[in-house]
Amino acid sequence: MLTEFGKIFVFILLAVFFVLIAFFLAKLIRPSRPTREKLETYECGENPEGSPWVRFNLRFYVVALIFIIFDVEVVLLFPWALSYQDYGIYGFLVGIIFLLVLGLGMAYEWRKGDLEWARPKQIPPKLKKIKEELTEAVME
Amino acid sequence: MNLYDIIFYIFAAITVVSGVITVTSKNIIYAAFSLLFTFFGVAGMYVLLGADFISIVQIIVYVGGILILLLFGVMLTNKVTSTDIKSGSVNVLPAVIGVALFAGALISIIIRTKWTETPGEIPLSTAGTLGSVLLNEYVIIFELLAVLLLIALIGAASIARRTKEETN
Amino acid sequence: MYDIILDFTGNEILSMFISAALPLFMFILPFALVAVLAERKVSAFMQDRLGPTRVGPKGLLQTVADILKLFQKEDIVASNADKKLFNLAPILVFAGSFAVFAAIPFSGAYIGTFADVGIFFVVAISSLVVAGILMAGWASNNKYSLLGAVRSAAQIISYEIPTALVILSLVMLAGTLNLYELTEMQTEYFWNWYIFGGPATGIQKILLIPFMIVGFIILYISTLAEVNRTPFDIPEAESELVAGYHTEYSGMKFAIFFLAEYANMFAVSAIVATLFFGGFQSPFGYLGDLFGVEWLIPIEQFGWFTVKGLFFVFVQMWLRWTLPRLRVDQLMTMCWKYMIPYAFVNLIIIGIISLI
Repeated sequence: MLTEFGKIFVFILLAVFFVLIAFFLAKLIRPSRPTREKLETYECGENPEGSPWVRFNLRFYVVALIFIIFDVEVVLLFPWALSYQDYGIYGFLVGIIFLLVLGLGMAYEWRKGDLEWARPKQIPPKLKKIKEELTEAVME
Repeated sequence: MNLYDIIFYIFAAITVVSGVITVTSKNIIYAAFSLLFTFFGVAGMYVLLGADFISIVQIIVYVGGILILLLFGVMLTNKVTSTDIKSGSVNVLPAVIGVALFAGALISIIIRTKWTETPGEIPLSTAGTLGSVLLNEYVIIFELLAVLLLIALIGAASIARRTKEETN
Repeated sequence: MYDIILDFTGNEILSMFISAALPLFMFILPFALVAVLAERKVSAFMQDRLGPTRVGPKGLLQTVADILKLFQKEDIVASNADKKLFNLAPILVFAGSFAVFAAIPFSGAYIGTFADVGIFFVVAISSLVVAGILMAGWASNNKYSLLGAVRSAAQIISYEIPTALVILSLVMLAGTLNLYELTEMQTEYFWNWYIFGGPATGIQKILLIPFMIVGFIILYISTLAEVNRTPFDIPEAESELVAGYHTEYSGMKFAIFFLAEYANMFAVSAIVATLFFGGFQSPFGYLGDLFGVEWLIPIEQFGWFTVKGLFFVFVQMWLRWTLPRLRVDQLMTMCWKYMIPYAFVNLIIIGIISLI
């Protein structure tokens, strides 16, 4: 007897088979005439310049780090959400304390600016100074 | 050998083979991606043990979180493709001793444990049971986990901040 | 459905494969055919154009022609690309997208699996898609692909948290993770839908409604971000990144990515419909009940499910031609500074109300 999880596994297997069969069928039909130009990495028609390995913004890494913590938190809260109602107010408080402790962490991150994405610094045009100069010029 | 045994061996093979690739591969990206299959195989084994919730946790945390973090980490290191990543062997003797000790401990535990065959009944919903256990016997641990996560969050963020200041 | 097929064929594994193939061949492929055309027609209508008109009557066969074309296209794998991972990535992405359909109840008679983890599984398996996208981006060895993949991964994982928090608040009310049971709770009339407070009664129901609406809005926005649709389409922003992580893909492999994308679009719409709008339940009784025709009910349910799902897909298309694209920093600010705190507070309030 297949369990319910076996069925999920069958779904994944089926998806893999479907893609493989589609690839195979396409392989029978399609032409294959590779040339050197065709096999070049696409870069809007230009010759590829340098390696694609540019240094990424470190923010991506920080986002992934914070994500893992919250992910684990949500995972731990799922069993709680299923059964807290049997325990009334006590069950609720257990989960809320858990949430608030992590809310504290969130507030810390926010305050420290870890949730900010790096942006170019804006330099506002100095209108005031020009105005002063103008008034001075007029006065003279 | 029934169907379950075959499925178990398939999952075990996936886990072990991809684990070996992770360790031996010279290409760091191959190592990272073969971890994906290791995690998947382990999740499959949890399912066979009747721990459905844990297996999904395995996927959501390890594949969805840790693996992505690893890949981001690899992608942040400059020029992975152009420089050969060194994977020679250093400190062979201490490593062999360490591994031998660990393997010995594992084997002795495996031999000493009194294995019992549990009846084939798979518990219906482990998630709900897990929840009530968390609220009863392990309340303190549950709350301590929150504190642990908080510490991890603050620690991770401050390390990341320091590296950022250094690179700038 | 599985049982019927099992009776018919007598082989468990074979019947399971047939049962799993049903949503793929009976639903996703026809849906993709319709949705790709609909996307072009809707966009044409919104921009006061005609859209495709040449193939078939009123251009109805356009997608079929597209598929035939994609089948014949040469498969170009750039010489700098990593061939093994390049070929593996579409499989992974499609498997992740398709596995979601295992937990979605299409009608009272069809759900892929009754596994208890249901919605939790849906949240988890989408991580397979993230891994696939990163794999595609890396294996292409192309600047656009890599940038698109990293952006996409960061976006999907960030928006997974508000999604999970809203789902969590519904799980608190429903006490089940299984989408089928969740749908069964919203049966009979539309005021039993969770957007109207679910099966709760009295003061609790009235108090729940505004917070349910907030939850629905958060969920809808974050699922939009999870499938990389506008206004969250910076991973494939065509004016800056060509096509994002599948820039280098051509022919059948591109088609698989495309199919996975459309399957995802429907999957998230179906989940929103199932969680808040009663899934396959009719808003007011069934014709089958009225006439006493038992077998009509599942068909009607399937109809309702499709209508609700397609409506949210249409809204996705509508938004695409209405809203401009967000910048990366705006996107992250939106997620971490607005959606997550709101979802947090919403969760706590719903928890308090559920205790009344």
